[in-house]
Amino acid sequence: MKLMGYKRQDGSFGIRNHILVIPASVCAVETAAKIAKSVQGAVSLPHQHGCCQVGADFEQTVRTFVNFGKHPNVGAVLVVGLGCEGIQSKSVADQIATTGKPVEYIIIQENGGTPKTIARGTEILSRMALEISKIQREEFDISELVLGLECGGSDPTSGIASNPAIGKASDMLLSLGGSSVLSETTEVIGAEHLLVDRFKTEEQKKKFLKMVDDTEKRAIAMGEDLRGTQPTPGNIAGGITTIEEKSLGCMHKAGTAFDFVDCIDYAEQVSRDNKGLYYMDTPGQDMDSVTGEVAGGCHMVVFTTGRGTPTGCAIAPVIKITGNSTTYHNMIDNIDLNAGKIITDGATVDEVGQEIFDEIIKVANGKLTKAEILGHNEFGLARIGFDF
Amino acid sequence: MNAILKVSDNDNVITCLRALAKGEEIVIEGKNYVVKEHIPQFHKMAIANIKKDSYVYKYGQVIGTATNDIDEGEYAHAHNIESTRGRGDK
Repeated sequence: MKLMGYKRQDGSFGIRNHILVIPASVCAVETAAKIAKSVQGAVSLPHQHGCCQVGADFEQTVRTFVNFGKHPNVGAVLVVGLGCEGIQSKSVADQIATTGKPVEYIIIQENGGTPKTIARGTEILSRMALEISKIQREEFDISELVLGLECGGSDPTSGIASNPAIGKASDMLLSLGGSSVLSETTEVIGAEHLLVDRFKTEEQKKKFLKMVDDTEKRAIAMGEDLRGTQPTPGNIAGGITTIEEKSLGCMHKAGTAFDFVDCIDYAEQVSRDNKGLYYMDTPGQDMDSVTGEVAGGCHMVVFTTGRGTPTGCAIAPVIKITGNSTTYHNMIDNIDLNAGKIITDGATVDEVGQEIFDEIIKVANGKLTKAEILGHNEFGLARIGFDF
Repeated sequence: MNAILKVSDNDNVITCLRALAKGEEIVIEGKNYVVKEHIPQFHKMAIANIKKDSYVYKYGQVIGTATNDIDEGEYAHAHNIESTRGRGDK
């Protein structure tokens, strides 16, 4: 099957053609946002990070920024730095430049402050906008597509209806040679014994189980019952009782037809030479997870929600699917598809899975999701350390 | 639309696909149950007498432990089931 996308210099294909403004640190976030607002098609990443971070935590933040810049949905990148922060703009820009796409960086301290940096940044972005607007969509094979699997604001309908349905859609993509990414390690606690059998090597099984164990140990170290945080008050009000019940519903997103090809760290890229089903270590928190998946190369995310949630991503379309027909009608401006008809109208998981797959094709070819239409450009970056 | 969903054979709780009223009678796999209290839509009802400290099963898997005896027909949720995982408080 063929899709229409934007061919990038490194041979990858994007399904969107964004200009991305990356603030290298929290100190450059406001300036970067003002630059992005001044040019059509440009998006900036709001975040609180990039300075006074150490070790693996620092590396994870850098990897997330760099892989957002490298993402095939991004046609050109401007990195905006204050100048003195831990994450240096030139280093981020140089790593993104290996893709061959246009990348520049500007430094607030070197440009004489906010207004002059905004003016200079706007000039650069205007030039980039003109350049990337000339790229036309062209045909590419669906096997290049990478799909993120996410759930948030879950209720029991997620495990019964919407998660099995996106699992089916994912199986359809995988059967055509594409890739999918399951994540949210918190929401594996209680279901890991079922998922672990779907990894091929002992090394992968061990790595996967360690991810789950480390996550549970971090929660236990806080000295509280995880319940109330996971599941959340909204999950519980919806009818989910424990993290085990939540996880056993969440795992249906992984479909049933394929084993995992690999188990990767947060924001680590999916390999174009090893396509298939991936597991990525992310928190259960939605924005942290979606950001990790998209940094990993997901072109779009299918996102199930029982309670209803509006969130999107700055550079990747997010398709919202609910298993709860009441939520679908209540938040119709935010939810793209209703899998609740599996419960209310006797539709099958296979039928709704096909409907979701068809929507994935349309969105890949340019149809906007409701999160895109409403400008939901949320960005959340998972941290594994502290600021110092 | 069915009133309830039993996901796996050995589950001792079912999911209510609509709110169930106290006193209502429902049939699950040929057996009659009297609903003992109001249960909200998509929440769970016990279909066996679950003893305190024994496991609660949904999806054919352990979803937690009963903190009280839960009789069949009773509402089964956070007030009488606790998690076995992520318990930094224990």
